[in-house]
Amino acid sequence: MTTQSSPETRADQPVLTVPEGPRHARIHGVGGYRPERVVTNEEVCTWIDSSDEWITQRSGIKERRFAREDETVIDMAEAAARDAIAMAGITPDQISVILMATVTHPYQTPAAAPLLAIRLGTNGPAAFDISAACAGYCYGISLANDMVRAGSAEYVLVVGVEKLSDFTDKHDRGTAFIFGDGAGAAVVGPSDFPGIGPTIWGSDGDNWDKIMQKESWTGLRGDMTDPAGGAVEWPNFAMQGQSVFRWAVYSIAPIVDKALAAAGLTAAQLDAFIPHQANMRITDAMIKHIGLPENVPVARDIAETGNTSAASVPLATARMLNEGEAPHGGLALQFGFGAGLVYAAQVVVLP
Amino acid sequence: MAMNEQEILAGLAEIVNEETGIEADAVQMDKSFQEDLDIDSLSMMQVVVNAEDKFGVRIPDDEVKNLTHVRDAVTFITNAQG
Repeated sequence: MTTQSSPETRADQPVLTVPEGPRHARIHGVGGYRPERVVTNEEVCTWIDSSDEWITQRSGIKERRFAREDETVIDMAEAAARDAIAMAGITPDQISVILMATVTHPYQTPAAAPLLAIRLGTNGPAAFDISAACAGYCYGISLANDMVRAGSAEYVLVVGVEKLSDFTDKHDRGTAFIFGDGAGAAVVGPSDFPGIGPTIWGSDGDNWDKIMQKESWTGLRGDMTDPAGGAVEWPNFAMQGQSVFRWAVYSIAPIVDKALAAAGLTAAQLDAFIPHQANMRITDAMIKHIGLPENVPVARDIAETGNTSAASVPLATARMLNEGEAPHGGLALQFGFGAGLVYAAQVVVLP
Repeated sequence: MAMNEQEILAGLAEIVNEETGIEADAVQMDKSFQEDLDIDSLSMMQVVVNAEDKFGVRIPDDEVKNLTHVRDAVTFITNAQG
């Protein structure tokens, strides 16, 4: 057995200079953007055979927002980011990294983040996208925290944004009423106190097919070149709702306790629980299963915003702060989970 | 110690009552979970997971759609207990 050893260096070889980051990081500001157009359950029922009562009972969703046809994920991200930057009290040129969590930016390449950097008037920050679906924002907060503390960045802009209406089959009774569009953003930067607890994260690739795009891009190419001119099916997202429900409520529920324990807290000390807004039924069953104390406010933004994937946690956070449901400076446990399947949870101090 | 069908039915009725508030007496062999008891697909999952714990069996996701009536669930659990 050998252990990893240091490579040999010349006796006169200089030692690299590396940055020393600040001891702590925190979220300095959050922002959210919901597109103007409200899509009611009544409207959804013009696409699927359903009713307001049926949809409400199965999801807790009363309405969601859809972006305009010409409104892009960049447009939505910009609006949310400007609010987060304003709340943080910094200027865009102080941002050294932009992380965009999205699965609906319609270009596989280039990433959306460099374009957002230009829109915001930043100074050429590092900019890239993260593909972690509904866990994307919490993945981004974890990365941003590490970047700041390691000295790789001073301020990191994390954006979760989705235009799910572009990838939703309006005639699929299992998903048509679930998804919505929107953006949420956070600015992470140096702090005098611990502002982002340890992230408990992971993946469960055995369930890779539980939420997925119906066809791969290369699979589509086959259809498009079919001399018979076979119809191309748009790669909307499909979801095995029942399986996802079981996974979210029972399989990954222990992650909540682990994130609390890692931060040295108990559930009763929380000022807010902000799970990904997947489905109100998942939220309800989850808090029952983990035994969340009744006095802890729970994010329920899904009722009016639908499931906006990567955008849901920051949108819900901004709403809870704006409506006084959660206090500035309070402790919030945020928990993202979704396609992959992947998950990430961490306790944060609210800005 | 494997339970008999009546014991499983009683246990299942208890779970249904805890998870959905439906009277345990209403949970009879010939009832349909969805049509008669108004248990939707997500509530059904809560019943299934609790049944797994209670009876020490594994009910895979793919199997759940076959359990349309209470009798189907009782039979599946009986066989799964071995």
